[in-house]
Amino acid sequence: MQLTVWTYEGPPHVGAMRIATAMEGVHYVLHAPQGDTYADLLFTMIERRAKRPPVTYTTFQARDLGKDTAELFQKAVRDAYARFAPQAMLVGASCTAELIQDDPAGLIEAMALPIPVVPLELPSYQRKENWGAAETFYHLVRKMCGGQTARVRQDSDAPRANLLGPTALGFRHRDDVIEITRLLESLGVAINVTAPLGATPADLARLGDADFNICLYPEIADTACRWLERHFGQKTVRTVPIGHGATREFVAEVAALAGVDPAGVLATSNMPWWSRSVDSTYLTGKRVFIFGDATHAIAAARVARDELGFEVAGLGCYNREFARDLREAAQIYGVEPLITDDYLEVEAAIQALQPELVLGTQMERHIAKRLRIPCAVISAPVHVQDFPARYSPQMGFEGANVLFDTWVHPLVMGLEEHLLTMFRDDFEFSDSAGASHLGHGAPGHAPGHAPGLAPVAQPELVLAVAEGAADAGGSAPVEEPSGWSAEAEKELQKIPFFVRGKARRNTERYAAEQGIAAITLATLYDAKAHYAR
Amino acid sequence: MTTTIPATNPIPAANPGLASSALPNLGCSTAPVLRERGQREVFCGLTGIIWLHRKVQDAFFLVVGSRTCAHLLQSAAGVMVFAEPRFGTAIIEERDLAGMADCNEELDRVVDRLLTRRPDIRLLFLVGSCPSEVIKLDLSRAASRLSVKHAGQTKVLNYSGSGIETTFTEGEDACLAALVPELPADQAAEPVLMIVGTLPDVVEDQFVRLFAEMGIATVHALPARRSDAMPPVGPNTRFLLAQPFLGETARALEDRGAVRLDALFPFGAEGTTNWLHAAAQAFGIDEMHFRRVIAPGRERAKRAIEHSRARLEGKRVTFLPDSQLEVPLARFLSNELGMHPVEVGTPYLHRRHLAQELALLPAGTLISEGQDVDLQLDRVRAARPDLTVCGLGLANPLEAEGLTTKWAIELVFSPIHGFDQAGDLAELFARPLRRRDVLRV
Repeated sequence: MQLTVWTYEGPPHVGAMRIATAMEGVHYVLHAPQGDTYADLLFTMIERRAKRPPVTYTTFQARDLGKDTAELFQKAVRDAYARFAPQAMLVGASCTAELIQDDPAGLIEAMALPIPVVPLELPSYQRKENWGAAETFYHLVRKMCGGQTARVRQDSDAPRANLLGPTALGFRHRDDVIEITRLLESLGVAINVTAPLGATPADLARLGDADFNICLYPEIADTACRWLERHFGQKTVRTVPIGHGATREFVAEVAALAGVDPAGVLATSNMPWWSRSVDSTYLTGKRVFIFGDATHAIAAARVARDELGFEVAGLGCYNREFARDLREAAQIYGVEPLITDDYLEVEAAIQALQPELVLGTQMERHIAKRLRIPCAVISAPVHVQDFPARYSPQMGFEGANVLFDTWVHPLVMGLEEHLLTMFRDDFEFSDSAGASHLGHGAPGHAPGHAPGLAPVAQPELVLAVAEGAADAGGSAPVEEPSGWSAEAEKELQKIPFFVRGKARRNTERYAAEQGIAAITLATLYDAKAHYAR
Repeated sequence: MTTTIPATNPIPAANPGLASSALPNLGCSTAPVLRERGQREVFCGLTGIIWLHRKVQDAFFLVVGSRTCAHLLQSAAGVMVFAEPRFGTAIIEERDLAGMADCNEELDRVVDRLLTRRPDIRLLFLVGSCPSEVIKLDLSRAASRLSVKHAGQTKVLNYSGSGIETTFTEGEDACLAALVPELPADQAAEPVLMIVGTLPDVVEDQFVRLFAEMGIATVHALPARRSDAMPPVGPNTRFLLAQPFLGETARALEDRGAVRLDALFPFGAEGTTNWLHAAAQAFGIDEMHFRRVIAPGRERAKRAIEHSRARLEGKRVTFLPDSQLEVPLARFLSNELGMHPVEVGTPYLHRRHLAQELALLPAGTLISEGQDVDLQLDRVRAARPDLTVCGLGLANPLEAEGLTTKWAIELVFSPIHGFDQAGDLAELFARPLRRRDVLRV
């Protein structure tokens, strides 16, 4: 048994739902009790989909267990087939139905529906959402492409590619697909099929018509791409085009496979100049902690170090299936890889590392908010905020622009940093006014403010009320300042508020390490020298 | 002020508010009920943890279940939350099922870890789930074992919030019913009033103030805000249900001799008046005094409701089954705001507790129990009500079809009981209609 407070991934049948919901003409009959229908709201509320997910739940109850839950399942299949007339059907069991062993696969086979049917075996007690999505997509692809052969390309044909991996409830998948489709078109590469997002089962049957596949989201499409390599002999583009450099490599890889000239599309992002321009100097060496799904985390690390000049202070992912890739990346950046789906472990790591920026999921956003560290979201699990109305891809050259903006804005701007130091004694720039970019009038005090200062409203509480469901009471206690001499405390107040918390923690850590009980002015500056870079 | 009334006293007859005395109009009392048995698009009882853990502030709710349970709680909690909440899931894994690990030993280990981390927890609920029910994990034995182990620090109780046994608000019913046998015996010589059902503290305080003004000084609440303050119960307990979904809890209280005071549920000016009046009568409060005490609140409620009347009067409303609040809310909308209920769907119809409510629903309202969601949506599309009250999974799809909706879950998470929330309650229904009218997109 694993004690879990928050989870990064849902169960594997939610992964299957992400495939079914992304597609047209697919219906999923899920043997599950009534509570499992909550999953619909992920799509209708978080993603704001205007249609119900194409899922029928059998919603068996305790009183059905002694009787015939199998008949209930068959009735659900019959009704769903009659009502929704799908081109293909997925059937499977959620965690509870897995235990009652009704064998949906056998049951539906006996019904001999006149459409392709894919029975899913998704072990709920071992696997999770991404794996479930990958497995579902792979089995659907296999089912639809089983009897097909690869198209023989004519010389006159434009090169064609399949774009594989985008799903419902994916982090910016909608916009990534638009961006990458444009990029490929400008290269002269035609999209044969984009799947699962927007594809029908009939579209999947045409996958063999493409010259190669683009594995846009390895978490979802890798298994299917490997099978397509074997079945149709299609090559796979594996560079994930997140960031300016990776997008250039992606273009080069596609161009090589397609036999086209990449020169025309290689320099269309603002990111390099924005990053070289002098206002960005202050970004140099900012320590950043990165956590998310492996693909987004690894890509973010590269962008952070090579394209923004940050220092990668920590790198991790929650999906163990891609742990090897993440370990390799962590080695490049010289950090310990953090591979865990325990939110509390991630919180502990962030607390220990004290980064200046967190790039993470919605979980890390909450951790960072509590620790008052700037944060930008780079990966699923998704939140309603991750479905902006505007166009906001993560991939391609426009994606690189988006990354620059969304990662840099939470930080105090370069010029602003100097102005704040210069003017901080002016009343308008007083500490309690806080930084405008933090919004909501949140005061800028880092945790552990000096006892002499007037207590400020607890921003956590204000936000907790606003978000309606928070429990501010249970957070890890913030260390109380101890052993500060009055003189050192006074000096600390001269340090701008947005780094004061870090200065306090560093000094206390330094004092603890050095066995210094009383923190004096000298200790403060010794610590500053110690942590200087 | 209070007088003893024998527990066998007949309960006062239906009395919609004070203005009209009991009428022979039976409303929907004997109306046939459409019972459906198909796909139920509802939450399971685990969802109640979201509000229960906010109410009892030293309690922790540990679901013994699957990753699905954990995912449900985090999704239903709205978004993800900042801090470490006072609920969590012990996720059953393959090795627990395959017998490689002993489920009970594993559970003990998880509870030890939890209580070490959270020494502030005084009451721990082990909450059963679909998987734990199906594998027949005996959580009541586990709870007694762990209660002994952690005696002096934490009391451990259990209940089931599983979707195979409970629908949404039935989880609170199961939780409170589990508390009842633990309540101390009430030795009071005179009747004592108890409000049963989780209310926001601010609403509970309003009711307690009103009762105090009437002359009912001691008012207990179940659940209390802290585990060591749970109320005593005994043959002199007179209880008012604050929620219509507490059938098991009421039965458990009755088993301990307590007497339920039958009333409308405290929604709107009339419902709240009737609910308060039931207690006033049971405690022998002078009628004139009662009227004087409630008059200001009742007037405020009526004035506040009035703001939404123009928007709601004459409009047709359908409730899809969700929280079991549907019947009382439909009564409120129909009696106090002039709305026309088309269909009132509820996951479970507790006829005895809702008898007065049903009598006040307009004849001809379709009452349905259970669900077959596709058939029910067909009826909604055919009837095209002005407002459909439904769950989160259905709201946006119906909006996209041009039907205006109200999320039912907000009715559970918001303070809607009593005089001073009556206007807010009306506004919750009026807002979607107003929004539809103001938007030019």
